[in-house]
Amino acid sequence: MRSNEIVNKLKEAFPEEIIEVCSFANQTSMVVKKQRIVEVMRFLHDNPGLNFGHLQDLCGVDYKDTKPYRFEVVYQLFSIEKEHAIRIRAMLPEDDATIDTVTPIWDGASWHERECYDMFGIVFKGHPDLRRILMPEDWQGHPLRKDYPLKGPKEYWKGFQEVLRKADEYRQYETKVLD
Amino acid sequence: MTKDVTEDVKVIPGTNAFISTIDKVVNWGRCGSLWPMTFGLACCAIEMMAAGAAHYDLDRFGILFRASPRQSDVIIIAGTVTYKMAPVIRKVYDQMPEPRYVIAVGSCACSGGIFNTYSTVQGVDSFLPVDVYIPGCPPRPEAFFEGLMKLQDKIRSEEFKWSRWR
Repeated sequence: MRSNEIVNKLKEAFPEEIIEVCSFANQTSMVVKKQRIVEVMRFLHDNPGLNFGHLQDLCGVDYKDTKPYRFEVVYQLFSIEKEHAIRIRAMLPEDDATIDTVTPIWDGASWHERECYDMFGIVFKGHPDLRRILMPEDWQGHPLRKDYPLKGPKEYWKGFQEVLRKADEYRQYETKVLD
Repeated sequence: MTKDVTEDVKVIPGTNAFISTIDKVVNWGRCGSLWPMTFGLACCAIEMMAAGAAHYDLDRFGILFRASPRQSDVIIIAGTVTYKMAPVIRKVYDQMPEPRYVIAVGSCACSGGIFNTYSTVQGVDSFLPVDVYIPGCPPRPEAFFEGLMKLQDKIRSEEFKWSRWR
C-alpha cells in the first residue's frame, strides 16, 4: 500500500487524532495526539489492509525550545507482509511526559520503552517492568534530555565513588617492590 | 672458572650448571608466560582478537589468553570503560593473584578518548594501577606487541618481587 493510502485510511478512522502529516526523503510520518495512541496503534496493527506486524523502532526526541511541546515518542512501523512502512510521532508536553504503553500490541516495545524512559524520563503507563535499561538503577536524571549536562553531574555516581574508595583502600595490600 | 653467557648469567664449564640471581630466573619465567585476562569492551577488543589470532599470533611470545582472573598475570583493558562497568573491572582485578599487571589499551581506556561524557570513565588509571598505556584508536596489533614487549621489559627490571618477606 502506498503511504498516502495508509494516511488516508488512518485519517478516516481517527480524524481527530492526526495533527500533521509530513514527508521527508520519501518517508511519511504522522504527528498524532498521545491520548488515544494505543487505539491508533491497535488499528495499524490489526487492520488487514495495513497489517503493521513489526515495530522496527521506538524512540524519544527532545524538542526543547524548538517546538511548542517538548517531547516526541516516535514509532517506526513496518509491515513484513505488505512491505510498507510508516512513522508515527506522538506529542508529549513537558509537564505531562507520559504516554500509554504499546507492549500489549508489540512485545518488543518493552525494552525500547525502557530505554526511552531511561534516556528521556518519559513514563509509559501500563508498562510491565519500567526500569532503567542502560544507566545504573540508582542514576539521577535522564542523560539524553537537552538540559542534562554533557559531562554529567559534578559528583561521581555512587557506584564509582565506591570503586575509587576500594582502589584507595586495597592499595596497602599490594606487594611493594623493596629496595 | 665460570664463563659469562649473558649479563648476570654464568655457566660452569663441564658441570651443566648455571649461576644467576633468583630475580633473573623468576623474571625470565614471568616474561615468557604472560597470561592476559581479556577484558574486551569495544573496538579495541576486535584488534586484541586480531593480535591473538593466527596471523599475528601472540602465542609465539608465550602470551595465551586466559578467560579466568584467577590464572592470569595481566589484565588488558581494551575499550571504553563506563562508570557502570568500573565496579566489574575492579572486581575482576581484585580476583587476580599477584604479581599482576594492567595494560590500558586505546584512547578510551587511557584517558576517556573522545568520550568526555557523563557515562565514561576518564582513564582507568583513576582506579587501577596501570603499567603500560597503548595509545591508538584502536591501536594496531603491532602496537599491542610493542606494549606487551614494554611490559616484559618492565618485568625484567624488577627486583625482589618474588617474595614479600625479603
